[in-house]
Amino acid sequence: MRSKILKLSLSLVVGAFLSASAVAQSDGSQQNKTGRAGTFAIVGAKIVTVSGAVIENGTVVIQNGKITAVGPGTTVPAGAERIDGRGLSVYPGMIDSATSLGLAEIGQGANATVDIAEIAANNANAKAYLAVNPHTSHVNVTRVNGITTVMSAPTGGVIAGQGTLINLNGSTQADMAVEQMAALVVNFPRVAQGGGGFGGGGGFGGFGGPQIDFNEAIRRRDTAVDELKKQFTFALAHGKAIDASAKDKTLPMVQTSLVYEAMLPYVRGEKPIVFTAERERDIKAVIKFIGEMKVKGIIVGGQEAWKVADDLKKNNVPVIFTHIYSLPVRDDDPYDYLFEGPAKLQAAGVKFAVATGDQGAESRDLPYQAGIAGAHGLPKDEALKAVTLYPAQILGVADRLGSIEVGKMANVVVTDGDILDPRTSVKHMFINGRLIPLTSRHTELFDSFKDRGTPTEIP
Amino acid sequence: MKRFICCTLLLLCTASAVMAQNRGEVLIKNATVLTASRGTLQGTDILIRDGKIARIGKGLSAGSGARTIDATGKYVSPGIIDAHSHTMLSAINEGALAVTSMTDVKEMLDPTDISIYRALAGGVTSALLLHGSANPIGGQSATVKFKWGRPAADYLIPDAPLGIKFALGENVKRSSQAQAQPGQTFRYPRTRMGTMEVIRDAFRRAKDYKQQWDDFRAKKTKVPPRVDEELQPLVEVLEGKRKVHCHGYRSDEHLNILKLADEFGFTIGTLQHALEAYKIAPEVAKHGAGASIFADSWSYKLEAYDSIPYNAYVLWKNGVVVSINSDSDERMRRLNLDAAKTMKYGGVPEEEALKMITLNPAKQLGIDKRTGSIEQGKDADIVVWNMHPFSPYSHPEITMIEGEVFFDIAKDKADRMLIAKEREELEKLDVNRAPGTGGSAPARPAERRSGDRHEHEVDQIRGNN
Repeated sequence: MRSKILKLSLSLVVGAFLSASAVAQSDGSQQNKTGRAGTFAIVGAKIVTVSGAVIENGTVVIQNGKITAVGPGTTVPAGAERIDGRGLSVYPGMIDSATSLGLAEIGQGANATVDIAEIAANNANAKAYLAVNPHTSHVNVTRVNGITTVMSAPTGGVIAGQGTLINLNGSTQADMAVEQMAALVVNFPRVAQGGGGFGGGGGFGGFGGPQIDFNEAIRRRDTAVDELKKQFTFALAHGKAIDASAKDKTLPMVQTSLVYEAMLPYVRGEKPIVFTAERERDIKAVIKFIGEMKVKGIIVGGQEAWKVADDLKKNNVPVIFTHIYSLPVRDDDPYDYLFEGPAKLQAAGVKFAVATGDQGAESRDLPYQAGIAGAHGLPKDEALKAVTLYPAQILGVADRLGSIEVGKMANVVVTDGDILDPRTSVKHMFINGRLIPLTSRHTELFDSFKDRGTPTEIP
Repeated sequence: MKRFICCTLLLLCTASAVMAQNRGEVLIKNATVLTASRGTLQGTDILIRDGKIARIGKGLSAGSGARTIDATGKYVSPGIIDAHSHTMLSAINEGALAVTSMTDVKEMLDPTDISIYRALAGGVTSALLLHGSANPIGGQSATVKFKWGRPAADYLIPDAPLGIKFALGENVKRSSQAQAQPGQTFRYPRTRMGTMEVIRDAFRRAKDYKQQWDDFRAKKTKVPPRVDEELQPLVEVLEGKRKVHCHGYRSDEHLNILKLADEFGFTIGTLQHALEAYKIAPEVAKHGAGASIFADSWSYKLEAYDSIPYNAYVLWKNGVVVSINSDSDERMRRLNLDAAKTMKYGGVPEEEALKMITLNPAKQLGIDKRTGSIEQGKDADIVVWNMHPFSPYSHPEITMIEGEVFFDIAKDKADRMLIAKEREELEKLDVNRAPGTGGSAPARPAERRSGDRHEHEVDQIRGNN
């Protein structure tokens, strides 16, 4: 009897384990739903190019994954599949430039599905590219709202790892990648009550720990920044040593360090580093750090970036403004304190983008987050740019993404209205030139249950 | 601390200044009126007298001394009603017992919660304030209007039906708690089975208790039963005097509670969250429960994984009274955009979508006779928008309750300079001076404030398991 119970409970445990992992992997909605390639012509549509003037009645041709023609008088190539664009609008696919999409299926209660944060202080070699699940249900759910591309980034420790810029389509990470390793993420040490930082188990908590004196908090921040600088310097030195020993074989071989190797393109200023920072004081500290270390820096978060606008502009540091829906921190902040953030950055001439900062499930809200900035002072065309061309420029991929222009990757969305409007539906979409089915886990569940008809007896 | 107090006082002062004084007449001129019950009226005036909508029509005039609002080019909607909120509650969850029907959030109202003002700035005028979801049977609820600047008692809608929170699923069985806290044991229930038994047991006891009182009142027995604060609210449920607002996610659980209610002869007021209710829409409609749901939240926990944004459409199509709620100080500020989403997901018609944040929650709360639509005789709970409230570029310009202005964007912007100036002066005080200049600054605020008061997280913060 006892062994029977044991077996039963074992099988229950195994069963629970299997069903938990099934959540992560067996969502079938992705299978064979990567769309189809071809030559397409969207004819007679309003074309919102973003980079140039709106074409009220024009044609967009898509061929071999690229936009090959745009204009009012464009001829449709022979054999092209025609899409009637009358009454519809063509937009570039939107880009959510700060998410962890694909790194977490269910944030709470299914830890096995969460791969967002590594636990070291310096996780530079942690690559989101390797952990992004191409088959997460979040991919389809997000893209059918017109978002074709996201930066998915890790969040743990001080140096969190490398974010990946992916298209929301593909059977493998390689299919999806626009930039496999797009940016290094640094949670910049901030002045916080709870301290934290290197040697403190990673991360900059600030919550839960014993309250510390303000001066002590500044001292700890400075110490943590010094340690961060040291990591950057070590990485640079590591690079120099590798280069030297490559040239001169009589030098001893350099001991491998995956962490410093990973940091090299970033500390050498070849690729961008995104620094998370919210408050005025912390953003100032980041700008100083970027100048001293001569790196290509981007602020992510940026709640009070407008207060440092002149510095940001002068030093050419762009801002990815996230979490616009957050409540103002202080009770006496204006009610629209965050809603007005992007408008203030735009007015001050700072390069900026709007991103959700979400783990993934709410990434589809991106257009409405840009919209709410539009409701609070940001001109409408700038609100659109904030989720298309500007993030592409900030992440250095504007040669491929962010607008409807000949030669760019065909990430194209066709809608029945303003793409930032919650009432608007996406009617057709292309990712990397493939015509994407507008289905998702949500449309499938909808189809399964919408017509149940008469109620059955409640059991 | 001193600074905090000063700032709070300042806020209260400006808040009371925001409140207009018009208990007399207000005339809104030449608006596009979204009535939420009788379609859209172009170029229409609304005359408000003593807090009520006196007349709706064209070319109306008011007596001298009336405040006139020129709404040319603007939209007017009923005040938004949030049928799931914990705003202004200084405590939310009493989780030590499985049945806490004796508790009442009406005793926890904090009228100085700044989230009230921010909700007004998002066009919200009324809300159902609920106990948390820590237990199968939670505490009694409060139905309020956000009369910012007034004492707590003024917030309560006097003739609103009574309510009580029930809950099912992950939160109730304390899923996040892998093991008992040191020195504690687990609280029953730990499963969905136990959850239903706790509720069944409570109603059996309530029925017995009611019988004892009925017998006593019929003079069958001579000694009055002992008053039971736990069972009395459940007797009110059995008598149809108290609405049950039942938190839950999975459709099978909702069926369980509907069946139990059928058995005991009452109707569930609302299924709260009800993110899987689309799977059982015909059964929900047949029972007659309302559904108070999120527009499109999903995947934030396991039992929210089958949540779809088409939920509102399927329920509406099946004849269920649907409301879109926030359960969040933050989300509450943009319920207009959440309602708009239902037009895209499935195709809810515009007025039906608007009802989901106005007339439908009013029905669910039992206050639709006085608010929830723009109709003659109803309370003048009205929002003036810069454009159609379903546009992403819209925002409220004026929010009024019973004809009194509680949010006015012009006044808000004008007051900012005063607040900034006072803040500057306060920061110069010794106690607030920066380090190195003699003072020790107060603790910094948190980096972000999400606005989320999901009961579960509140539990964790309060250690209230």
